[in-house]
Amino acid sequence: MTAKLTTLRQRLETCLGERVARLSLAQDELSLEIAAADYESVMRDLLLRPELDFAQLIDLCGVDYSTYKEGGKGRRFAVIVHLLSLAHNWRLRVRVFAENDDFPLLPSLTPLWTSANWYEREAFDLLGIVFEGHEDLRRILTDYGFVGHPLRKDFPLSGHVEMRYDEKEGRVVYQPVSIAPREVAPRIRREPGYGGAHD
Amino acid sequence: MTEIRNHTLNFGPQHPAAHGVLRLVLEMDGEVVERADPHIGLLHRGTEKLVETRAWAQSVPYMDRLDYVSMMCNEHAYCLAVEKLLGIEAPERARHIRTMFDEVTRLLNHLLWIGCHGLDVGAMTMTLYTFREREDLMDAYEAVSGARMHAAYYRPGGVCRDLPDRMPQYRESPWKNKAAVKAFNENRQGSLLDFLEDFTNRFPACHDEYHTLLTDNRIWKQRLVNIGVVSPERAKQLGFTGAMLRGSGVEWDLRKKQPYAAYDKMDFDIPVGVNGDCYDRYLVRMEEMLQSNRIIRQCVDWLRENPGPVIADNYKVAAPPREAMKSNMESLIHHFKLFSEGVHVPEGEAYAAIEHPKGEFGIYAISDGANKPYRLKIRAPGFAHLAAMDEMARGHMLADVVTIIGSQDIVFGEIDR
Repeated sequence: MTAKLTTLRQRLETCLGERVARLSLAQDELSLEIAAADYESVMRDLLLRPELDFAQLIDLCGVDYSTYKEGGKGRRFAVIVHLLSLAHNWRLRVRVFAENDDFPLLPSLTPLWTSANWYEREAFDLLGIVFEGHEDLRRILTDYGFVGHPLRKDFPLSGHVEMRYDEKEGRVVYQPVSIAPREVAPRIRREPGYGGAHD
Repeated sequence: MTEIRNHTLNFGPQHPAAHGVLRLVLEMDGEVVERADPHIGLLHRGTEKLVETRAWAQSVPYMDRLDYVSMMCNEHAYCLAVEKLLGIEAPERARHIRTMFDEVTRLLNHLLWIGCHGLDVGAMTMTLYTFREREDLMDAYEAVSGARMHAAYYRPGGVCRDLPDRMPQYRESPWKNKAAVKAFNENRQGSLLDFLEDFTNRFPACHDEYHTLLTDNRIWKQRLVNIGVVSPERAKQLGFTGAMLRGSGVEWDLRKKQPYAAYDKMDFDIPVGVNGDCYDRYLVRMEEMLQSNRIIRQCVDWLRENPGPVIADNYKVAAPPREAMKSNMESLIHHFKLFSEGVHVPEGEAYAAIEHPKGEFGIYAISDGANKPYRLKIRAPGFAHLAAMDEMARGHMLADVVTIIGSQDIVFGEIDR
């Protein structure tokens, strides 16, 4: 597998040139980081260049990096795309950070891969990332009339509203949540080599 | 003259052919579908958010509840992702057990699929036949994990425990007399491996019965042939994987192309369709069942010959044996740390994909070095397939929509997550 990834790495460097912001290999997976301005042109090359030929967009997801290692990673929202080439049998992960934290905006990939349609709707729904050029950017997983973006790190696990059936009004009503947040085992990061792990 | 107008039809979410909770808004021109707009999310439980608040090992049971008809395959992808991040590998026996149970799961999934697909299209007896075989396979689940469906059997680093030496037995009840119980228990006298071997011998004959019932059935063919045709180019564009992609004539199977577990040692074939219609996808899945049967048999033979550990021998990651925990101070500390704080996964990210019965099921995990995932994305095959519903159903009749849903093998646990 590694020989194949070396080939892919060389081809990416020659094809994309300056547009590669970072290219790293870890756990036998190649990750490519690019700037938002190059997003569209890089993705177009990844799909159309026969020496890369990433015919399938396997997955697209958003990530909120605001509490990563308790400090964030600079910018807040990133979109991560997993591509697969059936012809060459290799995979690539592409990460692009949205420029603006308050209004994350990236171009849509729907003109290149039809499968990006629902994945972008999902990233919009759960993280509030807006995809420019997407023709049908509606919420997809959350309830009709839902407010907020649940996978953002500042969205509480128990949410903001709960729903119940109201006898008097004869319909379901929304009200603020009555359950208090509870954490059994806290999230904790240890210093490297803690307890002799992963030496 | 009467005026004919397009109308909008609401299909589901409680319709039995909607396979759970699919709400389809169909724009109809008479009986022809002009546009299909699936509304999903009615089963959304926020798994990806919940997982961020649980220790790594605690999330395995959540994976069962994603695609709730192929439980162990979901666990497999999750365990592979965590193992990748931890830099460990399951022992060889555990990899074979996983391969075997992945194929048992594939059979479970395909048996449910063919039963329900038949039911949707009008072949009412199919479920009666397939649930007979499903029952045996669920007993295998029960024998190994104690649960018939939500097994939580795989663990990061291996599997929870070794295969049992005896099978659960039927007991006498007001509904089953002594003679009936004896007949039921006849093939359960030996170990789990004996039981599965017996199953693999019996299954091809059962499989022939399904073929007799459906393959040349005139109604079945009228309902499936040339319905929902997808060309190979479109299938790639639409992100199809698994039987949906193979039905369109693209030869792609992760078990062959990017082998994991013990698939590189297994001898099996990949069926590929020609026309890309519902009937070809049906044939592909039918043949996959026989191939799964072959793989199970090979695993049974290997597992009989090769005893060994079933979970990684690294107590920083996988729990020590329970006996050791009772007598050894260090094991007790490991046990306590693993089940309270959990394992700390090194900073990094990993994507692990497996050939799930429905397609490519992937887990993308990001860790920032804590005892809980920073972000976990579940790549569900059904999500991409259902997204293509509009394209596949356009121009077909209303009744064909049901066929297309059936042939996509939709399960909402994984789509809504």
